[in-house]
Formats: sequence, C-alpha cells, structure tokens
Amino acid sequence: MSITDLYQEIILDHARAPHHHGLRTPFDAEVHHVNPTCGDEVTLRVRLTDGLVADVSYDSMGCSISQASTSVMTDLVIGRSLPQAMATLASFDEMVTSRGTVPGDEEVLGDAVAFAGVARYPARVKCALLGWMAFRAAVAQVAPEAIEKVGGGSPQSDRA
Amino acid sequence: MSWRQTGTSASPGPACTHEKPAVTVEMGVRTGAVVTGGSPAQHGPAGPNTPGSPLDVVAIRGDFPILRRTVRDGKPLVYLDSGATSQRPECVIDAEQDFLTDHYGAVKRGAHALAEEASDRYEAARATIATFIGAASPDELVFTKNATESLNLVAYSLGNAASSQDPAAARFRIGPGDEILVTEMEHHANLVPWQELCRRSGASLRWLGLTDDFRLDLSGMADLVNPRTRVVAFTHQSNVLGTVNPVTELVDAARRVGALTVLDACQSVPHRPVDVTALGVDFVAFSGHKMLGPTGIGGLYGRQELLAALPPFITGGSMIEEVFMDHSTFGAPPARFEAGTPPVSQAVALAAAADYLDTLGMDAVAAHGQELTTLAIAGLSALPGVRILGPGAGPDRGSLVAFVVEGVHPHDVGQILDDAGIAVRTGHHCAWPLHRRYGIAASVRASFAVYNTVGEVSALIDGVASAQRFFGSR
Repeated sequence: MSITDLYQEIILDHARAPHHHGLRTPFDAEVHHVNPTCGDEVTLRVRLTDGLVADVSYDSMGCSISQASTSVMTDLVIGRSLPQAMATLASFDEMVTSRGTVPGDEEVLGDAVAFAGVARYPARVKCALLGWMAFRAAVAQVAPEAIEKVGGGSPQSDRA
Repeated sequence: MSWRQTGTSASPGPACTHEKPAVTVEMGVRTGAVVTGGSPAQHGPAGPNTPGSPLDVVAIRGDFPILRRTVRDGKPLVYLDSGATSQRPECVIDAEQDFLTDHYGAVKRGAHALAEEASDRYEAARATIATFIGAASPDELVFTKNATESLNLVAYSLGNAASSQDPAAARFRIGPGDEILVTEMEHHANLVPWQELCRRSGASLRWLGLTDDFRLDLSGMADLVNPRTRVVAFTHQSNVLGTVNPVTELVDAARRVGALTVLDACQSVPHRPVDVTALGVDFVAFSGHKMLGPTGIGGLYGRQELLAALPPFITGGSMIEEVFMDHSTFGAPPARFEAGTPPVSQAVALAAAADYLDTLGMDAVAAHGQELTTLAIAGLSALPGVRILGPGAGPDRGSLVAFVVEGVHPHDVGQILDDAGIAVRTGHHCAWPLHRRYGIAASVRASFAVYNTVGEVSALIDGVASAQRFFGSR
C-alpha cells in the first residue's frame, strides 16, 4: 500500500478542479454537513425532476479526499434516476467502509473506484463520505421513500 | 534521507536507562533515582545527540520500547504527537505491571495484606505526584479519570453548591448575574463544561479574545474581570499555539474581585517546571497520558481550603462519611471527590512517570523542548507558503508547532508525513474557536517530548516540503 494508491491521479485532478462546484438555483433541498473531527464542511443542494437527479450543487471546504469525492459523486449522480443514484451511493459506502475487503464495482462506481485506497486509511473514510452523506440527507428531505427503499449509508457515517 | 542513516541500529536497551524509581510506602518520601547515563555508543534510528543538548536523548530513547518499531512499510517511527498522547518509558510500563503482579488489591477498604499494600502504594503515588506539581499536601491532589473529568469536577461541584445543604458551600453558589470568564484559546475541555455550567446556572459566559500575534488580548481585562466574575478558567499553555499565558497577571486580577481560578495545565505539567502553589491558582487540571504516564488517570489540584468546602460531583462508595436511607454525609477531600474504585495501577505508574521526569529535571526537559521548537519554527517558516500558528520560540512558548500549508489541506499534509513514518496531529485539535479566530478550519501540529531529536525535526521539515511537491503547491 503506497501513498499513491490513496492519492490516485484522478483524485488529485478532481481535487484541483472539482466538477459541478458552486451553489445553484433552483433546488429542492439544502443541507450543511460538518466533519467534527477536522472541521471540514459542505453545503449541498439537490434538485430532483421527474424522478431524476437534475442537479447537485455544493460549496465545500476540506481536504483533497473530501473535495474529490464530492466532485466524482456529482458526475455519477447528476442525470441518473434516484434509485440508480442511491445504488451508487450504497456501493461507494460499502467499498470505503470495507477496510479494503471490497474492491468496488467499476461498472457502478466508474471513477469512484479510485477511492478504494481510502478504505485502508480508516481516519480518511469520513472525508470520502462527507459529500455523499450530505447528498443522502438532502435526498431524504425531498424523497424519503428513496432512502428507505435502497438504503445506503452506514450508521456511523450517517452524520459525518 | 541522511537523518535516518546515522549510527548503527539500536540493540534492545536496558529497561530504563534512568534507574527505575523505587516506590516507597512512606507517604511523601521519594527515593532519588539516579541518572546512569546509558550507553553512549548507541544511536537510535533518529540519530545522535546534538552537542550541548540539555538531555541525553540517545539514552532516553532507549527507555521507550515503542520507538524501536517501524511503521508504514518499515519506516522508523518519528513520533511528533506527544501533545495528544505521549509514549511511556519501560519503567512506567513496568511499574504498573509490577504493582498488578505483586501488590494489587482493593484500596481504602479491607484489612488484608494486599489491601494494605495497594492502599499504601496508591497513597504514595499521590504524594509523589503532589510533590511533582508543587502541591502543599497530598490531600490537595484528587485522582480523576482524565483532565476533562478534572475540569468537569470543578464545574459540576460549583454548580452543585446552589442546592447544597452544607453552609460551607454557600460561597460557591453561581447564578444569574454572575459571570464565568474563559479564553478564546481554550481546548474544548476547558470551554464546554463552563458553557454547560452557565446554561444550568443562568450565569453568563465571557471570554478573553486573542491578538493577531497569538497571545491573550488583555486589553479588555478591566471590564472582563469584574465583581460579577466568579470563575476565571484558562489554559497554562495553548495546545495549538504553544503560547504560555501570564498566570500571575490573571490570578492577581481574579483575586482582586474574589473570583476562583482554574488552570488547564495539560500541556505545561509534562514539559516545564510547574509549581501550583507558587502560581497561586485555585484549581489545576492535568492528565497522566500526556506526561509519559498511563491513560485512565488525570489529576485535579485544589487548594485545601477550597476542596474542604466544595460539594461533591460524582457520589457513591468511598466518598462518604455516613450513609442513611434518606441522606448521606460526605468524607474529607480528596476522598470526597474519588467516588468508586479509583485508577489504582494507573496512579502507581503515573508516579513512576513523575519520578522519571523529575530525574531528567524539568528545566532540562523545557530547554530541550525549546531547542526543538526553535529549530522547527525556523525550518518550517523558511518554506514558502507555510504559516506558523503561534508566537516565536522562547521561554514563554511551549514545545509544539502548529502550522498551515498554503494550498494543501492539513489532513493531506498529515497523510504524506504519515507515509514517511512521521506521526503528527491534524484537525482543529479540540480548539475549534481558536481556529475560527484565525480564519482556518484546521491545522497540522507537531508536538515534541523528551525522546524527540533534532533529526526528527529535520524529517518533519523535509516531509512538509515533500507534501508541497506532491500536491503541486510549490
């Protein structure tokens, strides 16, 4: 396990130039999540239209792992159906909380499999989940049934 | 890197280069442990001593078994996180094990041989540690589970005065109209308990702000310390900035208005000579695990006259005088504040840690910390984009350095350092308002102890430079 397995080039790229960054209107729900151990934070908005994730916009402050993870997430969920987005979230959560036992399904996770290395660094798991859990909480405000049906999100990371 | 290649690899050293201090059973009597000097030929992986160094760091390193291990694929451990928790010398580990192996029993109850031996050792430990911090009597030292509990003990006991039947407690009553003064540099442990006491009692929380040069802003003292002020709670040494606060000035101001002083000494007791009596403070909290001792034990010093009048916080066994079905009376301090079975083996080991530090000499310990801090500040501030949080090195500056690296998040700096075997703390270090004051969410903190070397400071500086290269900020 080397440091470049954690900080893969794709993660560094997203951290330097995060996708879909900034807060936009219109939106259906907005949440603010903080990682109490390091003070990193994200304000995230969700817009749902006809069962699709029409937009996810955010303003965040944090380490390269949390910045890149949120950026990759927006690429993966915007334009997808709510069930697809929640399945992606569940898959990502399973991978990063697995302590390295679940490599992650590239079919489902795409670029997000680059975060498999995070699973080996327990202290960084919350960083990787910050944006995803904010997304989950925002969806829960608008479409709670989507969360109940698909699940996703480990209890310990529920309020990162 | 050359700092890793100095000398030959260390053979397993003696149990403690500094002779294991014997525990005496007579209270207040301490055996003087003698520095034996170690084996000058041995060099740990972190390199030899600096000429003129106040401590024989090579010998000291031999006393700490954990420093022989490697981390992250065979890299020598560079442990720069002693401000969070320090490592323990073998004599401290042995003291706890020997006590458990040969002398363990219930303390302060039972008439059997082990109960007697355990009680004697527990009280001897109290005497040793009380002497180490300059208390006038062992009765002024209460053992707690950690410094956080020590501070909560004071806050809750003061709060309990409002409903206490004991007329002696009346002087401690706090209510609406009263003020509690803290500072913006406090660790959450010396802030949240006071917020909570204010919430329960109706008192108001006020605080001394910080200056741009990382010291307490005392310009508003005349207003902030006033006849309504009941408690002035402040840290001796900031766990982020390293700033050592002007205790005498604050104590004098508090005394003029009859306020109690509560000092958080977690970062000072392990690193500089502290004499609580000379400081003139009313209460002092410190922790065992930051001063080469065990976890699960902390200390609360309280002036005898105050402890004698203060109502208890946690109640139950061992702290009572008489118990009836409908009420109880409470024992004398320190027992009044030690309900339940105390951390006995931890107390014995903490006394061994105090003896170990005493043998090194706290003046030498402080000088060593200052030497490393001076080098770290110089080296880190020479890196473009690195900003030090805290005043310049000097006698009123503790042995730690917090900093931020422009363009690289503290977590990411810490991760790159960790990959090189260097352990630092990242985050807000339980001082969130302090970080907010300086416009940042988090920082990196390297904190030094007696076993750290000049070579390790160089490793830190190299590591930060390499984090800058890795993330392309330079």
